[in-house]
Amino acid sequence: MKLENEFWFDEDAGPLVRPYAVARGRTRPTRHNLEMTTLVVAARTDGDVNVDREYAHILRMCQRPLSIAEVSATLNLPLVVVKVLLSDLIDWGLIIFRSPPRTSEVPQMELLQAVLDGIRKL
Amino acid sequence: MAFVSSETSATHALSASAVKILIAGGFGVGKTTMVGSVSEIRPLRTEEMLTELSSGVDDLSGVEDKTTTTVALDFGRITINPELILYLFGTPGQQRFWFMWDELAYEALGAVVLADTRRLESCFAAVDFFERRKIPFVVAVNCFDNAPLYEVQEVREALSIDNAIPTVLCDVRKRNSSKQVLVTLLEYLIGLAKSATTPTEASSPVQ
Repeated sequence: MKLENEFWFDEDAGPLVRPYAVARGRTRPTRHNLEMTTLVVAARTDGDVNVDREYAHILRMCQRPLSIAEVSATLNLPLVVVKVLLSDLIDWGLIIFRSPPRTSEVPQMELLQAVLDGIRKL
Repeated sequence: MAFVSSETSATHALSASAVKILIAGGFGVGKTTMVGSVSEIRPLRTEEMLTELSSGVDDLSGVEDKTTTTVALDFGRITINPELILYLFGTPGQQRFWFMWDELAYEALGAVVLADTRRLESCFAAVDFFERRKIPFVVAVNCFDNAPLYEVQEVREALSIDNAIPTVLCDVRKRNSSKQVLVTLLEYLIGLAKSATTPTEASSPVQ
């Protein structure tokens, strides 16, 4: 087993304190139905809301629909922390979200065909 | 930068949804390269803190006492149409913690297992994972320079996968080649959906 690939430097090692601090120690989002590919968008476009820095950053970023994974990557915060913050914003009515389609509920064929058409156009 | 109104923006946003495809395989097999070659954005990196390491899953010595770990994954985005966004997630290859990441596999349309013929065994774990979870996948053999060339059938036998599972050769540095792998996956998924008697039977997980 080669171990040289396991070393993490600088950014790869991840932030040490900040993730816990910005979520004020919370590691469980109030909303449990948020996933990596849940799309989120700011409910308002004026951006004039009095919230903490991280929240304001998310609201500015989410003027167009983004996945929770994209928000996490842009803020350089772990998914669980971003879900905690987004749960707050959803509870305050500042963010709206849409869960990914349940593949067992939607007409699967239509969805797959749309994805195939989209990829062919690349 | 003109917004018609906040209502317009919000309504438009709610009409969009996202689906995902996983790109798996061993360390250095080209997962992020593949994501990057077809993504409309430079691959992004997100991470999750995972807890409860189950014994026997990871092979890293010295971390047995750890109860949480951080797993990073790279992903890209393809806007299929204004209503549908496809995300491609490259599963972390340097460790096996991602096998505990239930959310990663949950509701994935399907997966691509990237294989390197110089170390075919590095993708066994991914093949196992998707087979156990009944997540449909195709195998794409990334043709590295100087790597031994095998027939597709030989790779299939080495991985002991069903003949029905499409196996293709590719060069993930090339956009067209990566695109073709995704087309192969989608055609395979459509074929499966067509042959499934009922959608619930087709997507119900085992155990």
